Parts: sequence; structure tokens; C-alpha cells
Amino acid sequence: MSKREIFMNSAFTENSVWKQILGICSALAITNLVRNSLVMGLGVIFTLALSSLTVSLIRSYIPKRIRMMVQTLIIASYVIIVDLFLKAFMPEISKALGPYVGLIITNCIIMGRLEAFAGKNSPIDSMIDGIGTGVGYSLVLIIISFVRELFGFGTLFGFQILGDWWTKWSIMVMAPSAFFMLAILIWIIKGPLSAKKG
Amino acid sequence: MELNPFVIFIAAIFTSNILLTNFLGMCSFLSVSKEIESSLGLGFAVVFVMTFTSAINYAVYHYILVPLDIVYLQYIIFIIVIAAFVQLTEMVIERFSPVLYYSLGIFLPLITVNCAILGISLFMVIREYNFVQSVAFGAGGGLGWLLAILALAGIRAKVNYKFVPTGLQGAGLSLIITGLMALGFIGFSGIVVIQ
Repeated sequence: MSKREIFMNSAFTENSVWKQILGICSALAITNLVRNSLVMGLGVIFTLALSSLTVSLIRSYIPKRIRMMVQTLIIASYVIIVDLFLKAFMPEISKALGPYVGLIITNCIIMGRLEAFAGKNSPIDSMIDGIGTGVGYSLVLIIISFVRELFGFGTLFGFQILGDWWTKWSIMVMAPSAFFMLAILIWIIKGPLSAKKG
Repeated sequence: MELNPFVIFIAAIFTSNILLTNFLGMCSFLSVSKEIESSLGLGFAVVFVMTFTSAINYAVYHYILVPLDIVYLQYIIFIIVIAAFVQLTEMVIERFSPVLYYSLGIFLPLITVNCAILGISLFMVIREYNFVQSVAFGAGGGLGWLLAILALAGIRAKVNYKFVPTGLQGAGLSLIITGLMALGFIGFSGIVVIQ
């Protein structure tokens, strides 16, 4: 596969969220503001790309039996970097994301990609796969948060978009709407869009 | 923060259910909830592990990480504690109760990567709970998760034989059911409020 194909494949065709329903914990929790989703997405891209690269580089040295533990530790180290960076440069967003930055460690997408791709492929390919998966994940976050912020607060990135005439849908800010939004997104992608292609 | 541990316990089950309001533990929630029996098994394993890891992580955080000023290592340490505890539980159960091991054993490895467990420990640190509060929070969080997965498994068993549009089958429908459950749980929010 060419580099471009790897990227497109992991970002869209095999998108972790809507194809495999992985890693949705954080996809739902922080998507009431576009800004938070963007930062979260970047954090995941960074962690995924670098841990894929690292695991791929040392893949022949990791003993099979303890590879889960090694992978978790590698992921955790990069998450700590992300966490410290956010605390230092964007304390406000770091506070808003709260424990969800730390929870990138248990995001099944990352573990899944390390197991399925980085453990078997060359470092550069693995890194591209990591970035692609991360981009696909961020895309989902941003689509969901776009709708939720627009209807819930009438704003985008904190700027007022809808005027005073707009009655805010407070349900959009609350937890249930996240479940509904993701379900609708999966429905649209799996149903009508796939039907057309097939 | 001076909250009665019992209030935290009730709140963790109903008003701030770890799954329905904080979205933690979704992966295993969606994949295991196909059958009531396995949901029950995983649910009890989660209650057990969550209660004890929140206690252990509390001790580790306040008596090791804080005095040594290495709080930034909390993610690594917490995940190691959880993985080690799960491994240990597995060995102990296998040794002393083979029956329990066969019904619960397969779920234990799943728990290490269940984000709800790590989430409980992280929330406990952020909200500055004391020891008793942390244990109450862990137990309540686990019971809340058990309640949610049992409810979903029960509903899914009924919906299985109904007509569902393609594209919405499987995960999509489970998410909508979960959303409706979350709406229902908002009704509890009058009882107690934490955060």
C-alpha cells in the first residue's frame, strides 16, 4: 500500500469510530464545545502517531507475553507529555477536559492500532497509520461538537453565530444528546451513504 | 469538600452515573451487553475492581506520589496498579474458587482497559475526596455501571426481534437506547447533586 492509501484507509474507510465503534468514551464526553474537541483530537493524533512509531521501532524486542503492558506504558508516557503541555500552555482547556486527557491511555483506538498495525509494519507506515486514525477520530469529534455547540449554545468556537431569536436547546449540552448524535452519525454513514456505494 | 460518603455513593449510582453522564466504559458496555448473564458477570467484576482500586490508588496517591512530588506520574502508576490488581484477583479467584473463576474469569482482562476504572481514580483525585469518600465513590460508580449495563442488556434482548433499519442495527440502536436511558436518569437529578 502506498503512504497515501494507508492514510486514507485508516482515516476514512476503516474509521475507528463508525466502523469499529472504538474509543467513543471521550468522543462523547468532551464534544459540547468545538474548541475542546479540537484540542482533544490533536492530543490523540500526537499520542497515536508517536506511540505507533515507538512500538513499531521496538516491535521485535518486545516479548509477546507482556506486550500489552509495554504498549500501555508507552502510551501513558506520551499522554503525560500531552497533559503537561496543556497544563502549561492552555490551563483553561486542561481544566475543561479534566480527567479525559488522562483517559486517552485507555482509549481503545490507540491500543487497537498498536495491536493491529504498528506491531507488524515499518515505523514510517505505522506513524502514517497513527496520524490517519487520529485524523479520522478528530473528524468525528468535530462533526458532533459542531452540531452540539451550534444548537446548544448558539456559538461556534465561542463566537456567537445564532442571534437572540434562537432558543437554546439545553438538551444538546447535556449527556443524552451525545449518544443521539453519535447514533445518528453512524446511521447516516452506515445506512444511506453505504447503500449508494454498494 | 465535606460530603457525606453515603451521599457520594447514591450520587455515583444515580445522578452522576459514570456511564450515562461521564461516558466511561462504553467499549465493553456496547460489546458485552448482548446477553444479560455476561453483563451481570462483567458488572460484578467492575464493582469489585473499582471499589478496591479506588482505595489502593487513594493510598498510593496520597502516601507515595504526593510526598515524593511525582504527581505527574499518576497516569502510569494508576494504570499499573489497576493492571496488577486485576492480575492478582484473577490468580486468587482461580486458586480458591474455580466456579467463580469460570463465570467471572474471562471478564477480568477486559477490565484493565475499561476506562471507567481509571476514570474513577482520576475523578477521585480531581474532586479531592478523602479515603472513605473515595471508596464510597468507587463502589457507587461500579454499581451504577452494573445498573446501566443490566438495563441495556435487558432492553436489547427485547428489541432483538423487532424490525430495525439497516445502518442503525447493532451499535447505532444501542446508542439510542443508552441516550434514552440517560434522559431517564436525568429525572434522578433532584435527589442529590455532586459537582
